[in-house]
Amino acid sequence: MPGRTLWAILLTLGASWFLTIVPMPEWAVGYRPQWTALAVVFWITTVPDRVGVFWAFFAGLMLDVVTGSLLGQHALSFSVMGYLAVELQQRIALFRDWQQALSIWLILTVERLLSLWVMSATNQPTPSLSYWTATFVSMLLWPWLAAMLRGLVRRLNLA
Amino acid sequence: MKPLFNRGPSAGVRLVLALVLAFALIIADLHYRQFDALRSGLAVTVYPLQVLASLPTRFAQDLESQMASKVELRAENERLHRENLTLRARLQRFASLESENERLRNLLGSAFKVGERVLIAELLQVDLDPYRQQVLIDKGALSGVFVGQPVLDANAVMGQVVRTNPLTSTVLLITDARHSLPVKINRNGLRSIATGSGLVDQLNLLHLPKKADVRVGDLLVTSGLGGTYPPGYPVARVTEVRIEPGKRFATVTAEPTARLDRSHEVLLVWSLPKLMESGVMTETGGTGITSTLEP
Repeated sequence: MPGRTLWAILLTLGASWFLTIVPMPEWAVGYRPQWTALAVVFWITTVPDRVGVFWAFFAGLMLDVVTGSLLGQHALSFSVMGYLAVELQQRIALFRDWQQALSIWLILTVERLLSLWVMSATNQPTPSLSYWTATFVSMLLWPWLAAMLRGLVRRLNLA
Repeated sequence: MKPLFNRGPSAGVRLVLALVLAFALIIADLHYRQFDALRSGLAVTVYPLQVLASLPTRFAQDLESQMASKVELRAENERLHRENLTLRARLQRFASLESENERLRNLLGSAFKVGERVLIAELLQVDLDPYRQQVLIDKGALSGVFVGQPVLDANAVMGQVVRTNPLTSTVLLITDARHSLPVKINRNGLRSIATGSGLVDQLNLLHLPKKADVRVGDLLVTSGLGGTYPPGYPVARVTEVRIEPGKRFATVTAEPTARLDRSHEVLLVWSLPKLMESGVMTETGGTGITSTLEP
C-alpha cells in the first residue's frame, strides 16, 4: 500500500474518533453520526483490495479505547460490518444514490444491532430508542461525506 | 488495475479470525485483568486525541472568563471572600469537634481514622460512551492514582476510579447502573445500599423495609463499609419514599449532592492507611480534607 493512502486512511480514522468524543450540546448527543463506521465503510468501498475486515476490527478496537466502552465491543460489530461492506461493495458501486444510501443504512444498522447485543449480553444498561436515530443521521450524511472524501482521493491521486 | 481475485485469506476467514479475537477481548475485559496493559498502552496513543477533543470546551471556558467584565470579577471575588470566611469559621468549630470526637471514640475504644491526602484533578471534557456514566480525568497512574480510589467534588462523593492509564484515568460515577455504594442515613445511622439508576440525577436505595425510618430530605453519607469510600462523606439527599403494596421493600430514590454533570475539578482521596502502605506523595497534598455533615 502506498504510504500516502495509508496516511489518508489513518487521518480520516483519527478525525472520526475525534468527532466521536468531541463534546456536543445535550440535545444533539442522540444525533451524533457513526463517524468511524462511515469512515471504515467509505475506505472499504473505495479501496476494497486494501482495506477490509482487519482494518474494520482495528478501527472498532480503537473506538472502544477512545470512548471507554467494553474492549472488543465495537471491534466485534465493526468486523461484521466490514465483512458485509467487503461482500457488498461491488454491488454498492453500481447502485444509484438512494439505493447506495439504503444499503449503507443496512450495514450501519447491523453494526448497531451487534453492539446492542454485546451490551445486553454483558449486562450493560439498555440504551433508549434514540440509539437508532444515529443510523438515519449517518445515512443522510453519507452522500455528502462520500462525495467530499472521493473528491479528496481524486485530487490527491491516492487510490 | 486492481486484481480480480484477492490474495491472502478470503474475507470470510478474516471475519472468523477477527470475531474470535473480539470475543476473546470481550471475555478478557469482562472477567479478567489480563488485557489492562494492552488497553493502557492503546490509551496512551489516543491521549493526544482526547486532549485535542477537550480543547474546544476549554477554549470556550477561557474565552468566557476573559470576557467577564471587571464588575463581575469583583462581585465573584467578593462572594468567594465571604464564602471563605464562613467556611473558615465552620472549620474552626469542626477542628474542636473532631478532636472531641476522637477523644470520645478513644474512650469507647473504637479506632477512627481521620486525615486524608487529596490531589486535585481536572475533567477532560470529552463525551465517552453515551450509555455509561463515566468521565475521564487528567491524572493517571503516574500521579499515583489507583483503581478503586474514591473521587469527590467540593460537595460530595462523585464516584471511583475504575481504570488507570499512565496519563488519564476513567472514573465511574455513582449514578452508573453498575455502581453501588454502602451508605447510611445521617439522621439515624440506618444503613442501606445506594445503586445508580443510569440517570445522572437519581440513585435508588435498596432493601429498606417498608417501616424503615426514611424521610424526604434525609442526607445520605458514606458508611465506610466495603472499604472503598472513607466514612462520613455526603452522597445524596432522599427525594422520594414510596410504599408500593406489591413490593417487598420501600421504593426510595435520592438525588446526588455532587454536581455530577457540572464539575470541572475533582478531588482524588488517599485515605491514611493506604498512604502509609504505598508511601504516595502528591503535589497538592492537603491533609485532613473536611466534610461538613450538616449543611
